[in-house]
Amino acid sequence: MSTDTDPEITSADGRVAADQRRDRLVQGGLFLCISFTLLTTLAIFWVLFNEATHFFFDGRFSDVVVSLLTGESVSQRITFVEFFAGERWDVTHSINPGYWVGPLVWGTFLITVGAAFVSIPIGTLTALYLSEYASQDVRKYLKPGLEILAGIPTIVYGFFAISFITPWLIRPAAELLGVQTRSANVAAGAIVVGIMTIPIVASISEDAMSSVPDDLRNGAYALGATKFDVSLGVVLPASVSGVFAAYILAISRAIGETMAVTIAAGFTPQIAFSPFVEIQTMTAYMVDAVRGEAVVGSIRYQSLFAVGLLLFIITLVMNLLNNKLKERYREEYR
Amino acid sequence: MATQEPDDKLISTEVSADETVRNERPDETVLAAKDLDVYYGEDRAIDDVSIEIPENKVTALIGPSGCGKSTFLRCINRMNDQIDVCRVDGDVVFKGKNVYDGDVDPVALRRKIGMVFQKPNPFPKSIRENVTYGLEVQGKPATEGDVERALRGAALYEEVHDKLDTSGLDLSGGQQQRLCIARAIAPDPEVILMDEPTSALDPVAASKIEDLIDTLVEEYTVIIVTHNMQQAARISDKTAVFLTGGELVEFDDTATIFENPADSRVEDYITGKFG
Repeated sequence: MSTDTDPEITSADGRVAADQRRDRLVQGGLFLCISFTLLTTLAIFWVLFNEATHFFFDGRFSDVVVSLLTGESVSQRITFVEFFAGERWDVTHSINPGYWVGPLVWGTFLITVGAAFVSIPIGTLTALYLSEYASQDVRKYLKPGLEILAGIPTIVYGFFAISFITPWLIRPAAELLGVQTRSANVAAGAIVVGIMTIPIVASISEDAMSSVPDDLRNGAYALGATKFDVSLGVVLPASVSGVFAAYILAISRAIGETMAVTIAAGFTPQIAFSPFVEIQTMTAYMVDAVRGEAVVGSIRYQSLFAVGLLLFIITLVMNLLNNKLKERYREEYR
Repeated sequence: MATQEPDDKLISTEVSADETVRNERPDETVLAAKDLDVYYGEDRAIDDVSIEIPENKVTALIGPSGCGKSTFLRCINRMNDQIDVCRVDGDVVFKGKNVYDGDVDPVALRRKIGMVFQKPNPFPKSIRENVTYGLEVQGKPATEGDVERALRGAALYEEVHDKLDTSGLDLSGGQQQRLCIARAIAPDPEVILMDEPTSALDPVAASKIEDLIDTLVEEYTVIIVTHNMQQAARISDKTAVFLTGGELVEFDDTATIFENPADSRVEDYITGKFG
């Protein structure tokens, strides 16, 4: 029996210890990077909640929470009833301001639904074409092309709406129907947001469709199925949860879309049922409020955060839904 | 359509020439390859193969990995059309018609020639929908009787008759493979191609498939690619031996191939000297 310690597995010479130290340093550095994004997110939360509390309760977030916890009565400046079920949205009205967020939510709803009618059919069919019909060469050029469409600044889409969609599509359609339209209108906003979100639907759906195993396609082709049979009868059903995840992502993008709808759909908060009228989305209101040089601490400034918080909650729910679907779709095929 | 007739005549004279098979056979040829070459890009996968496959018999294609036997199988129902770089030279004649003629629709061809794959690949649909899929894409309404007949034909009916609406993916591997066979025979093809149908299955499930093949030949012509020489010896009437390079070295009655092969390379392969 030897009593010698094997020098190879101890850090007697300190070299291994130095290696370890460097490793810990790298780990710490990487953690610092991730905490940066984490802290930013937390800061955004804080500002959002704090300013929104000012809007509703006219007090600091911490004060309101403390009051609530100690059972003190908290007086609301703007009640939730007024915010969710009031009469109108007119924060700056000097005598009789209105704080009902309804018209803004309605504006966002119209744009989102309209955009979905554009992006979902076109995006899904584009994905089917890319995944099932296009040759490898065609796909090699088309898919990056599609992704370029996603990279165009949204303000450019806004100008595209007012300089092309409205004068060349919406105005002639309105004239045909004998109705008035304005340079900013629901239809133009919905169409342009729809076009913007086509790449999201197409690209993510295509990923889901290409990950359907070839075994399934071959099985169907060997039974004398046509490409069309295989696309609609086998590939689409097999990739359905991934495709739905794409839809939800596109919809939440449409909800959060700001610059293009601000330019294309306008600044008039109202509950309207015509595609030719001007409306205002939640995001467009926020642009409007900032543009109008809202004084920090004014109710107009704080309303920005109340609307922002609501928008945040809506998109958060959509994202959670998206994650849920993605999980399910990952489980289906391996 | 007028050009089709001389074509047909040309092919039928070639088929009756019967050069490659030595034994006298009363068998009716249902499928024949003539001077068939297949390339993947620059690589030759099938090298000048000529073969005549008899009707209502089991023909086994054996040979070492990469010898082109699966490629040959996929040429028969033109599944190789799915592969961009694949190029086919020569004729594959099915009932007197070259399937590579310009007027042949591969979709129509595949409705006559069914296929079963190495890995069971039922659709993520119900058992019933799996069976009726072939009829559906052909625009033929599938009856309960069709479903039962196909499942009985695949020796699966007893096991699944009370759960036809559950997913085909919930079955065991062997059951899934028999479901795939049921799916292939439901549209009543003439030929069934099987690409190593038992290689992903356990021995019990595999022997069930072998028994099934025995009964399938009463109605269909079966061409089976297999890695397993014992399996080829057990279930086939005819055996074709492919060797590396995509060459068809010998094609004869299974008994002859395994007991008294003409080519010494076949003997070496069968006795396990290489491959």
